[in-house]
Amino acid sequence: MSDVILEMKHITKEFPGVKALDDVQLTVRKGSVHALMGENGAGKSTLMKCLFGIYHEDAGEIILDGEKLEIMNSKQALDLGISMIHQELHPIRFRPVMENIWLGRFPMRGIAVDKKTMYQKTKELFKEVDLDVNPEIDAGKLSASTLQLVEIAKAVSYNSKIIIMDEPTSSLTENETQHLFKIIRQLQDKGCAIIYISHKMEEILKISDEVTIMRDGKYVGTWDAKDLTTDLIIKRMVGRDMTNRFPEKHYTPQDIPILKVTDYTSTNPKSFRHVNFELKKGEILGIGGLVGAQRTELVEAIFGLRSIESGTVEMNGKPIKIKSPPDAIEAKIALLTEERRATGIFGILSVLDNTVIANQRAYAKGGVLKENERWKAAKKSNEELKTKTPSMMELIENLSGGNQQKVLLARWLLTNPEILILDEPTRGIDVGAKYEIYTIMHKLAEEGKAIIMISSEMPELLGMSDRIMVMAEGRVTGTLDAIDADSVSVMNYATHFVEKAEDEIDESEVVK
Amino acid sequence: MSAAVIAERVIPRKNFGRTLMIIGGVITALAVILWFALPPSIFYDLALYVGIVGVGLLAYGANQAFSKKSSDQVVEFTKKTTSGFIMNNAIIIALLMMVVVIMIIQPRFMQLNVLLDILTMSSTKMIVALGICFTLLIAGTDLSAGRMVGLAAVISTSMLQTAGYANRFFPDIPALPIILPILLAVVACAIFGVLNGFLVARFGMHPFIATLAVQVIVYGATSLYFDMPPNKSQPIGGIRPDFVALGQTKILQIGGFSGISILVPIALVVTVIIWFVLNKTVFGKNVYAIGGNREAAVVSGVNVFKTIMCIFILASVLYGLAGVLEAARTAGATNNYGNGYELDAIAACVVGGVSLNGGVGKVSGIVTGVLIFTVIQYGLQFIAVSPMWQQVIKGAIIAVAVAIDLMKYRKK
Repeated sequence: MSDVILEMKHITKEFPGVKALDDVQLTVRKGSVHALMGENGAGKSTLMKCLFGIYHEDAGEIILDGEKLEIMNSKQALDLGISMIHQELHPIRFRPVMENIWLGRFPMRGIAVDKKTMYQKTKELFKEVDLDVNPEIDAGKLSASTLQLVEIAKAVSYNSKIIIMDEPTSSLTENETQHLFKIIRQLQDKGCAIIYISHKMEEILKISDEVTIMRDGKYVGTWDAKDLTTDLIIKRMVGRDMTNRFPEKHYTPQDIPILKVTDYTSTNPKSFRHVNFELKKGEILGIGGLVGAQRTELVEAIFGLRSIESGTVEMNGKPIKIKSPPDAIEAKIALLTEERRATGIFGILSVLDNTVIANQRAYAKGGVLKENERWKAAKKSNEELKTKTPSMMELIENLSGGNQQKVLLARWLLTNPEILILDEPTRGIDVGAKYEIYTIMHKLAEEGKAIIMISSEMPELLGMSDRIMVMAEGRVTGTLDAIDADSVSVMNYATHFVEKAEDEIDESEVVK
Repeated sequence: MSAAVIAERVIPRKNFGRTLMIIGGVITALAVILWFALPPSIFYDLALYVGIVGVGLLAYGANQAFSKKSSDQVVEFTKKTTSGFIMNNAIIIALLMMVVVIMIIQPRFMQLNVLLDILTMSSTKMIVALGICFTLLIAGTDLSAGRMVGLAAVISTSMLQTAGYANRFFPDIPALPIILPILLAVVACAIFGVLNGFLVARFGMHPFIATLAVQVIVYGATSLYFDMPPNKSQPIGGIRPDFVALGQTKILQIGGFSGISILVPIALVVTVIIWFVLNKTVFGKNVYAIGGNREAAVVSGVNVFKTIMCIFILASVLYGLAGVLEAARTAGATNNYGNGYELDAIAACVVGGVSLNGGVGKVSGIVTGVLIFTVIQYGLQFIAVSPMWQQVIKGAIIAVAVAIDLMKYRKK
């Protein structure tokens, strides 16, 4: 086969205690979009990091354009024509966008950086990918989704033969995703191959030519995308039939209001304003909206992480004042944050320490820890949630995303909350773990706990919520009963203010 | 069995422990024989050191054989685990090798007194290092440590001079109970600890800057105090013997044994307390949590302000204690006491595996780090290496130790 650009054979990679990759293979054809799928922890990212020179495989070979290679670092990978768009972006925040793009290969004039040429080249590049961003604006001022598109432009600028995209759409809106697909088609026409990692089935089926599926660090198989359906992919990913994406409901919300938020307004004028809502016992209240609707800011304010200008919170009919997270925990409110890595896990600490951190006082007397009780509580809590970990002493960073999320859930359940706020609880988590988390949520609702769930995934929002509150530009634009809601009605409310919102983004981002 | 077969095998942990116990037992027995067999004029206390190694192995083996926590795990002997073991313990291995080399060059190094001297010299440094490690664990630092040692030394000695001494700091002060000036000295340090903590926790100032500012303030304050009439910046002397006893007493002076400095058990107690605080208390876990991921700690309800305040106050109390002991040991003080101690302490912590990025570090590592620096200093003096070369070697050890440490984490 002459049109094969990349072959990875018998790739094996071991981490302490985990065999992340076990005899995996991948064959990518020139100019094709090759989707790489699998549950979290299946080894997709690890495989790609081996290809990009971030990790070095223990065994196996990489053949690029018919040539056997050993890729030692990212610089070499880029020189070979492989570029990668990472799942989590790390721009240099206080430097201009264009410097971020050309870093390491600045156009030079003598010993000085040629800013003019750099500006021109960046302009041309942005034009090519149809992106309207000022090259001289600081990267830190751009929104996550714009940054993602800039990152894609950067990958294009390397004239790569292969571009790896690891969950490129996780922070993109529907329109931006379409934009990305357009860019992908352009790249394809130039003969560039794309390796596309995503959990979103609809996207995969739409954009990819071939699909390789992995499971538990092993190769399952490669199929033409046109021969696949969502159900088929899920079945092969989890190794079992998955007829239902959501568990069946066995509970009904009680008619007892537990939380009442009145006229909640942020001190930040661009954030949420005049928010009113009520939460009932044993209810899952979904909060929908587009990126930038200030949903996260709202729940973080309720949890005491952000300040408010006005507004009251009543819990069980009594007004409460929450000024800091300890107040919130005291009031039996828990918050699972959106950014697992940045504000959730303590990567260098053990699963044990990570599980009990929010409830340490319960396992201590006079500040001295009772080791045995800590251990027992963490073990029990993690076993209930079926967390997969070699031991309680394992560092949490060695677990897969889904298992990390379960540890975080275990952490909050140990505080015995009455209200759980879950901000994108299944982001970047595989189908199997998602289902398990949904089951846990149902069980909690059945126990009479109240759940607020922020979700940007429409099926999840519709499938899991009892009621859906939709926000746009910091305001509640509508509340729907789940039975009456469909994606059209939710989107209608979510785009309520969108024109004005776009104007504001223009002002802040595109200074021209 | 060929060497290759031995090099690659897996044995149960219980057997591994038993084997170690047998080896340890044999070495201990050997030590007893050596004790009587070797002429002390040539080999000094070599048998004792052999005995320490033997008992150490015995204890480690027993721990491995009888500990319940890991009894079902196996011990692997492969190239990978061996190199991993060497990497993880590179510092201790280097220390032992250095000791052996010095012993060969200069057998007098085998005397028990040498060991005791090293422990004594390490004591106050250990206390400072244990204080500073808290600030390093939250990815900070504390540059004011050394100057606080000086502050405590000057304050405590200024009130504890003998009645008949000519240049008294406070000519008319009555004989105070010894605890009072000591408490005053420690409290003075704690006040600056509060200032450190407040600047860092309240304003989010980088600890490097905050403690640099406080360092300068503390030195100024100490000098002002030191310069008060009638003292006028003269070294404080004529210290009361009951205070000096705190740093110079030797315990266990039985028969021909010269005794152990009281500083050693004091440092040991402080070490145990700090180990306990870091590993067994809510506060200790919060320190690691803040160092590991400050944002996540905030979300998890850790009171970051309170914890940071406590860290700097606790650290300054330890510097104060070290300053008092230093003054007692040397029976005097000037405003320049403790100058540069913070850098020695940071170096010792870092060599002992404390990460400047926060969240990583163990008390055992800090103890090793402090001992290494004392052994180098003492040992190199012993074999008559010039002080200038000592500096070069010291610096090289910092660089190499941290490089090895980073390689551990980089290997992914």
